[in-house]
Amino acid sequence: MTATCLLDVLPAGRCGTILNIEAPEELVARMHAMGLLPGRRIQVIRRSPFRGPIQVRAGQTDLIIRRSEAATILLRPCPEADCA
Amino acid sequence: MKKRIALVGMPNTGKSTLFNRLTGAGARVGNWPGLTVELLSARLLLGDSMVELVDLPGLHNLHGFSEDERVARHFVESQPLNGILVVLNTTQLERQLALVLQLRTLGLPMLLALNMADEAHTRGIRVQTGQLAAQLGMPVLLISAKHGRGVPELKQALTEWLRRHPEPIQARAATLSEDDAIEHSLDELLAQNLHIPACLTPTRTDRIDRLLLHPWLGIPLFLLLMLLVFQAVYGIGAPLQDGLGWLLDEAKTRWLAPLVTALPAWAGSFLLEGLYDGIGTVMTFLPIIVVFFLAMAVVEDSGYLARAAFLMDALMARMGLDGRAFVMQLMGFGCNVPAMMGTRVMRSRSQRLVAMLMIPFSLCSARLQVFLFFTTAVFSPRAAPWVLFSLYVMSFLLAFFTAWLWRGKVRGQAEPLLMELPPYRLPTLAGLARQSFRESGHFLRQAGGFIVLGVALVWFLTHFPLDAQPASPATLAGRLAGWMEPVFTPLGIDQLLSIALLFGFVAKEVVIGSLAVIYGAGGDDLSGLLGQRLDWMQAYSFMLFTLVYTPCLSALATLRQEAGGSRYMFISVAWSLAVAWLLSFTFYQAARFLTA
Repeated sequence: MTATCLLDVLPAGRCGTILNIEAPEELVARMHAMGLLPGRRIQVIRRSPFRGPIQVRAGQTDLIIRRSEAATILLRPCPEADCA
Repeated sequence: MKKRIALVGMPNTGKSTLFNRLTGAGARVGNWPGLTVELLSARLLLGDSMVELVDLPGLHNLHGFSEDERVARHFVESQPLNGILVVLNTTQLERQLALVLQLRTLGLPMLLALNMADEAHTRGIRVQTGQLAAQLGMPVLLISAKHGRGVPELKQALTEWLRRHPEPIQARAATLSEDDAIEHSLDELLAQNLHIPACLTPTRTDRIDRLLLHPWLGIPLFLLLMLLVFQAVYGIGAPLQDGLGWLLDEAKTRWLAPLVTALPAWAGSFLLEGLYDGIGTVMTFLPIIVVFFLAMAVVEDSGYLARAAFLMDALMARMGLDGRAFVMQLMGFGCNVPAMMGTRVMRSRSQRLVAMLMIPFSLCSARLQVFLFFTTAVFSPRAAPWVLFSLYVMSFLLAFFTAWLWRGKVRGQAEPLLMELPPYRLPTLAGLARQSFRESGHFLRQAGGFIVLGVALVWFLTHFPLDAQPASPATLAGRLAGWMEPVFTPLGIDQLLSIALLFGFVAKEVVIGSLAVIYGAGGDDLSGLLGQRLDWMQAYSFMLFTLVYTPCLSALATLRQEAGGSRYMFISVAWSLAVAWLLSFTFYQAARFLTA
């Protein structure tokens, strides 16, 4: 399987470890404050219909993020069995 | 020197709840030097000294770029402070503690309140407060602002803390480069002081979300919930509004009218139909605003508003907005005024401005009265519902078109959507009531004067010269309508109808009443008269114009207040007048051409 992927294509229920975020400085700072930073493991909870935002769980915080912004986050998906 | 403490925290930490807990009802909104937004502050007695507590807007990051974050940062860096009271959400300490470390670089005394301790406890999260306090070098307390637990202890701690830091001091400017060092010490602090259970059981929130955010059921359920909220707000608010209007009217005819008979006729008319009715107009908005904010506080505090953003984002993103704007647009179908005030839940100023330009196109209940009257007077019973339906469709289209057109043009780029989805929480009654009454007071103080002034002006236009029949062609308004005739004739709107439009500028509720005065006929007579004098094209053109042009003076006053200046109010007036004219013109001329 592929070693890395972007957050916007990670299916619901799957986890991944953030490797890199390539967004404007401003957005990266917001993501950091919300708990999205390299090294953290996050899980996609659900995706909203009509290509709407994605619900992501980072630690104790649930976030919603648009697909376009999710596409700036590169992660390494965890093996499927690890996603409880 | 005055003692002052800043209250700082991330959004969704219960910061405002704590502020209300600590200060009670005496909060006021004030302007600060160098700040573009108003901040809430209140005086608080701690021990034997009076302290001003200032509630800063929520911030994620001291070096953040959002308007709120800049405001908060500018405030702590520019105002001398006795200290910073930081509120964090205990359940999210692992990401929120970084803010404390950032704030620490400012060199101000700090006190840390870990809120929602009860929620953290249920989730099995444990914090070593004693050890954390020692390592951070500041008092750390566990509290629950919502239920008031730990708040007396917090006040006690604040008092002692203030005794140790009696003089306000200036912060030292923090530098961005320290952020990396923070990251490192943060991990250590968390590892030593925070215990999070490894396996989190699915919470109640997860179970509710499985239904409410369901891929197919989510949006229908959202629309259903909005319909229920709408019915609740206007089902309760509108009768109250009518009742209050009736009371004010009764008071006018029974007590005030006999009182002013001693005065010259014009003075009596000015006092009653100018000032009193003007103030009455302002007052009748209050019940709606109170009920609206009660309902919106439930929607927001429960955590559902963020879900609405999630569900409706796919549609609203095209207009540079998110789902919260859609909620406010829907609420605008009851009354535009509270809906515009409600856009405050959107923290981005550019999004708020776009939403406030789009909400006035929502077909509110006052305009509905006009349309119901006209459709029954002029159209056949079979056609009437379709006419009404077409006006609703037009309302949605114009709102979306306006937002789409203005997206990104108002104050720079559209904002990315990245927000927290908080767990569902039960709002407290006291918190709801406080919020709701604060908003109404705000509306009265800020918009009241403007509305009374506008009503007085329209009274003057329709009653001067004093010997003329009110609202007749001989008055200033009549003459104005005469001058405007070349503008309105191509729309099929005659002079008498355009005087009614002038009245409608104050409030759409008075349009039918003013037509009764203008035509000298009321109720069924007026209905019959309109049916004879207007053909369907003229009537529809008039309704289109009424739908689109400025909703009412109260909406304008609110827009002026909420946008922080007259600029956007004028933009909104000019834009809606231009669209109204073009739309009515196009419709009327095309219909005439096609039926000729």
